[in-house]
Amino acid sequence: MSVIDLVPYEEALASYDPVMGLEVHVELGTKTKMFCGCSTALGAEPNTQVCPTCLGLPGSLPVVNATGVESAIRIGLALNCEIAEWCRFARKNYFYPDMPKNFQTSQYDEPIAFNGYLDVELEDGEVFRVEIERAHMEEDTGKSTHVGGATGRIHGAEYSLLDYNRAGIPLIEIVTKPIVGAGDRAPEVARAYVAELRELIRALGVSEARMEMGQMRCDVNLSLMPKGATKFGTRSETKNVNSLRSVERAARFEIQRHAAVLDDGGTIVQETRHFHEDNGSTTSGRIKEEAEDYRYFPEPDLVPVAPSREWVEQLRGELPELPRVRRQRLQEEWGISATEMQSALNAGAIDLILATIDAGAPADQARKWWLGELARRSNEDGVELAALPISPAQVAKVSALVAEGKLNDKLARQVIEGVLAGEGEPDEVVAKRGLAVVSDDSALGDAIDAALAAQPDVADKIRSGKFAAAGALVGAVMKATRGQADAARVKELIFEKLGVTPE
Amino acid sequence: MTDLIRSTAAQTANAIASGEVSAVEVAQAHLDRIGAVDEKVHAFLHVDTEGALEAARAVDAKRAAGEELGPLAGVPLALKDVFTTKGIPTTAGSKMLEGWRPPYDATLTRRLKEAGVVILGKTNMDEFAMGSSTENSAYGPTGNPWDLSRIPGGSGGGSAAALAAYEAPLAIGTDTGGSIRQPGAVTGTVGVKPTYGSVSRYGLIAFSSSLDQGGPCARTVLDAALLHEAIAGWDPMDSTSINAPVPAVVAAARQADVKGMRVGVVTEFGGEGYQAGVMQRFHESVELLRSLGAEIVEISCPSFTYALPAYYLIAPSECSSNLARFDAMRYGLRVGDNGERSAEEVTALTREAGFGPEVKRRIMLGTYALSSGYYDAYYGSAQKVRTLITRDFDRAFADVDVLISPTTPTTAFPIGERADDPMAMYLADLCTIPSNLAGNAAMSVPCGLAPEDNLPVGLQIIAPALADDRLYRVGAAVEAALNDKWGHPLLEEAPAL
Ligand SMILES: [Zn+2]
Repeated sequence: MSVIDLVPYEEALASYDPVMGLEVHVELGTKTKMFCGCSTALGAEPNTQVCPTCLGLPGSLPVVNATGVESAIRIGLALNCEIAEWCRFARKNYFYPDMPKNFQTSQYDEPIAFNGYLDVELEDGEVFRVEIERAHMEEDTGKSTHVGGATGRIHGAEYSLLDYNRAGIPLIEIVTKPIVGAGDRAPEVARAYVAELRELIRALGVSEARMEMGQMRCDVNLSLMPKGATKFGTRSETKNVNSLRSVERAARFEIQRHAAVLDDGGTIVQETRHFHEDNGSTTSGRIKEEAEDYRYFPEPDLVPVAPSREWVEQLRGELPELPRVRRQRLQEEWGISATEMQSALNAGAIDLILATIDAGAPADQARKWWLGELARRSNEDGVELAALPISPAQVAKVSALVAEGKLNDKLARQVIEGVLAGEGEPDEVVAKRGLAVVSDDSALGDAIDAALAAQPDVADKIRSGKFAAAGALVGAVMKATRGQADAARVKELIFEKLGVTPE
Repeated sequence: MTDLIRSTAAQTANAIASGEVSAVEVAQAHLDRIGAVDEKVHAFLHVDTEGALEAARAVDAKRAAGEELGPLAGVPLALKDVFTTKGIPTTAGSKMLEGWRPPYDATLTRRLKEAGVVILGKTNMDEFAMGSSTENSAYGPTGNPWDLSRIPGGSGGGSAAALAAYEAPLAIGTDTGGSIRQPGAVTGTVGVKPTYGSVSRYGLIAFSSSLDQGGPCARTVLDAALLHEAIAGWDPMDSTSINAPVPAVVAAARQADVKGMRVGVVTEFGGEGYQAGVMQRFHESVELLRSLGAEIVEISCPSFTYALPAYYLIAPSECSSNLARFDAMRYGLRVGDNGERSAEEVTALTREAGFGPEVKRRIMLGTYALSSGYYDAYYGSAQKVRTLITRDFDRAFADVDVLISPTTPTTAFPIGERADDPMAMYLADLCTIPSNLAGNAAMSVPCGLAPEDNLPVGLQIIAPALADDRLYRVGAAVEAALNDKWGHPLLEEAPAL
């Protein structure tokens, strides 16, 4: 593999305009598969959730999952798409061992939803409209595990294991129109689009859309054209980019790589590329020497899908508040800036914050924990915020302990740490670690006396009305009690002892 | 009952229900007959002796317990080897599936079992139902009981031959371009292609999904009707199955009356390529219907001329996709897996060894017809022709109740005669294909022997979709009148085996 000298990002964008196309596959959370009654539950033993239909046994036939169609329509409506009055499934013919019928039941020129858009908000609040080409229904393939090779790919493997549990799980493929005009913000737009789409899918309740579980997978197609040109360049297709961060990095890398090739007078090869999480690079996958011919034709085993207009309108009427609308509402309710809201979105924190508020915490406290301490932990550990081993109820409990004066901020952080470490509920962590605030006045009295004796000049200042000077004494008391004192109470006691009454 | 194997299904069912004979005796008589003649006929690929006797015993036990029996309980049946049967070999006539025992029953198989029908075994067929002579079976040809050196038609030659050889009173076929009706015609038996979607395809190994339709085969029109009612009806496992009541075909067969019906003679079917004796018996049938009180009109269906080419684009296209699953990965034949070769190489070697020449020819034709750049010219045009043919039928049925034609242009030809001439072979389905493309209902009923070769000729009756009952009214009327004229059913003129 030749090493490429990437063109610096800013330099690449100075000469070229990027054009992107994003294809996102979402596994629907239906109970059963798209064309048979098998369970879609994750984690089952290989090949236990299969039947003649999803194994493609001779004679078997598909039947459309009505919930799958409903989910597709709802996604289409939420993406401002038109919904087909009549559409068919099509067979996409190609051979691969993990595809039981050697064709994928998909949709071709008659997608269920088409011509829509999704408005996405960038970090600074700028809104970018991503046009949607289509959303169509299809089935997932089985899963191949190639054993014995160095790369985990089929070439060089000693043998392969096939698990058909995933075969036939409903997928919705959402394809954007070419995204032009994003300029140097293209990678950011890509990320924001996928993030917004994920929020939308979750809000609709049609999938958990967990990218790390493969429930949502993104292909990033990218090409460059010289600045000012209108004819698109040759594109590369980076497959299965499976986190928001990776989507952004893959787009960024490809911009730099394409620019390097083009600057060198080379031509971009139309090919699929693999993205590498470890260093953010992509490498060549399969070269499309000739356009693949999938020999699409209408699936004769399935009758056309013809959703009635009444049903479509009913589904439209039942759509939940969509994420961007909801964010605008929450932003107002919480009184925060667009940027703050955007970082809450990017962190995947909005629902967690809401759940924490529902569990009794004040909004600012809920935001503070999820976007501060916990966001930091999720970054460090490389897990999604929602996957951290702490619940909104537990965060609300910690917040309540602070409000009651039983914990101060520093102690609360330690309680959170204890919960994350699996030490139990907040109360248990407090008890086990002995973290309760010292508010016993007699216990504090000794420490205060010692502090006053050690700093008589400060005591004099306070007596003469310079109340702000008390901070130095409070600090000394806190130090002496190893942070377990309630600072406000310490201050009160100091004033009491000195016989002064501040404003 | 005097002759267990020559009785009709209706008679046999009555005899079993009344206790005159046991289902086991009936099953045994047929198993014995198979044992005696099938070496010559080769109608069966697999005889399920134990399963048949067990099913028969269950019917006898049910009767002994005083439970009510269905109208076909205990009647033996020969099942085309294209329907899956749980635990019983199912090959579709191909080496590709040699030894495969499906883990599930086709809906049709299940319905037969629930009706107490005794499945004797699986019958020979052209590989994956592709052919008109059963010569394309990977397991050798079937002989026509009228002349064992001739073909029994195809693809369901085994089922038709089993009826004509008195190995079973009932059989199941599938009709994609004529595979029930043409074998019926050349063996002197009755074959019905029901309206597309009325018999579930779940468990029918697909050749061409938009054309395939399972249906009844029998020696009498009433028996076919009884079987039709047992297998037809909506199936939630088949998306293309029709959720509508099954037409009252048994009542129609009993009615057997054509008075006042308007019968259209399709003018396109006749002339060059049609055997004189076939046309003679057909014209006599037209006169017979007139004499029975039907009104005869001539109807032109100009698009039917293009039916054959359209069919040979649509059916291969669908088959090229349907047969892609035979890749040696999960079931059936696997060739060349020596631990060194790649999956692709093993798939290629297996398909090379496992598919016969006709199947390969159609996979290649279909792959070509669906390829980008050719799709519109081939598959696309064929679909347009299909629409035109449907419109011709619609126009015709606005005027007449049924259409009639010869079922096939010729009587049974000698085995081997057309084996190297696919185009000549394809002509055997000239008259039957339009109904598959339109999805309506059609029947072949015996209408005599061609004078020049003394071989059976079939009369084809075509009815609009979901009006299958009309087939049985007309078919039963013709059958009754001809039996009256001859003094016996046509099959009794067949030579003894
Ligand atoms: Zn399944």
